[in-house]
Amino acid sequence: MNPEELHYTQSHEWVRIDGDIGTIGITEHAQKELGEIVYLELPEVGHVYNADDEFGTVESVKAVSELFIPISGEIVEINRAAVAEPGIVNDDPFGDGWLIKLKVTTDDEIRKLMTADQYAEYVEAEEKEK
Amino acid sequence: MSAPTEAAALKRTPLFSLHRELGAKLIDFGGWEMPVQYSGILEEHRAVRERAGIFDVSHMGELEVRGAGAEAALQRLTPNDVSKLADGRCHYSAFLTEEGTFVDDLLVYRRGADDYLLVVNASNRPKDFAWAAARIGGDAEVRDASDAWALLALQGPLAGSVLARAAGEDPTDLPYYGFRTMRVEGFPALVSRTGYTGEDGFEIYLAPDAAAPVMRALLELGRPEGVLPCGLGARDTLRLEAKMALYGNDIDDTVTPWEADLGWIVKMQKGDFVGRDALARQEASGVTRKLAGFEMVDRGIARHGYAAAAPHGPGLVTSGTHSPTLGKPIGLALLPVADTAVGTEFETDIRGRAAKARVAPTPFYRRKRKKEATP
Repeated sequence: MNPEELHYTQSHEWVRIDGDIGTIGITEHAQKELGEIVYLELPEVGHVYNADDEFGTVESVKAVSELFIPISGEIVEINRAAVAEPGIVNDDPFGDGWLIKLKVTTDDEIRKLMTADQYAEYVEAEEKEK
Repeated sequence: MSAPTEAAALKRTPLFSLHRELGAKLIDFGGWEMPVQYSGILEEHRAVRERAGIFDVSHMGELEVRGAGAEAALQRLTPNDVSKLADGRCHYSAFLTEEGTFVDDLLVYRRGADDYLLVVNASNRPKDFAWAAARIGGDAEVRDASDAWALLALQGPLAGSVLARAAGEDPTDLPYYGFRTMRVEGFPALVSRTGYTGEDGFEIYLAPDAAAPVMRALLELGRPEGVLPCGLGARDTLRLEAKMALYGNDIDDTVTPWEADLGWIVKMQKGDFVGRDALARQEASGVTRKLAGFEMVDRGIARHGYAAAAPHGPGLVTSGTHSPTLGKPIGLALLPVADTAVGTEFETDIRGRAAKARVAPTPFYRRKRKKEATP
């Protein structure tokens, strides 16, 4: 269920790389844990972040969670459709529910992220700890 | 994304296995492993407003107060007027500190002149029992009977018809805040027309062994009409729309009934009770802050514990959520009295961002009552 071509974080974000543009969202597992999302707070275009910086929040009826940026870069686009209709993130977290696009600063950081298989194992291990 | 924390060694209600079977998402709620949702908070919320929902609230505590002096004891221990309760009636009340602030909020059921049942918040149960036991005096005794009771809440416009089918008798002849014993699915039950959702509904007190079969039967009977099992997530959005206070959020031992806009549970004329002197002083001097409903003007949800800045001074958000019925964020805040008029704007601090809110009329949601049939 986690697309093969994406890169994953332990905080349940994903990155898709197209040339020097990285698209970032949250995973299916993350949206399921959150429940119905009612608010997204995303940064302005032009903001520059270092990997692991907090770049926004996602808020469901019951809780607020911070979003952490998996790789460094400058924001070039935010998903305004998702800000207006946050339910899109629940419905299609790997597709129309993407959050931000950024111009990637360096290629190195992406290699530290998990593959789809590694992420699936990670989620399973995390579930068992509960 | 930051993860919610998990905890271990939690207490479970007799319905725990059924929750698992129904696919509930379970969380730590004051030391209890409870369902926060089954199908989703918004869907469950809507089910209660439009049809009906079934909640496990067996974690609530039950204290029994018995003896010839039971009424006199409860008159001293609680601010509402117990002498006004007839058999088969209950009312909303509280335990208060000597400072007039909340030890807990609770329901008092009169089963007989010498037999009362008090229903208290789960997290306050040991504190409440110790508090009552230390003050109850002669001719009455208090017993923590929580383990002897499971509790289901069946709430929503269809609650009466679903329960009637399970009970084989019509519970809708009960007045609001009335109760009686009846058999539900053959099990003895105490059924009261009470709830915490702003809808018509019933709370069904059962022996622990009866809880799972009764919940199964109610779900089965209600399924064709869209009745759903509901978790604490929907319970919170429902109660907040109805402006019902939550202990630990809106009221606690720093807040008095005057401040919480719950003055109607305080009967100053009935005689002495714990907290009365302090409440008399505060009544004379006037409160400086009061609980008020608000809606957001700017984006975001101001939640419990967030700071507020009102024209006449600081305030505090005590509850905040997304209202499924209104489709917008709502909440309650303690504000300077001068800033509690509907329409007054104030700022909330949403994780470091200033977001404007506006005092709104409450309750945020009021059910349409069915017209009584003309005789």
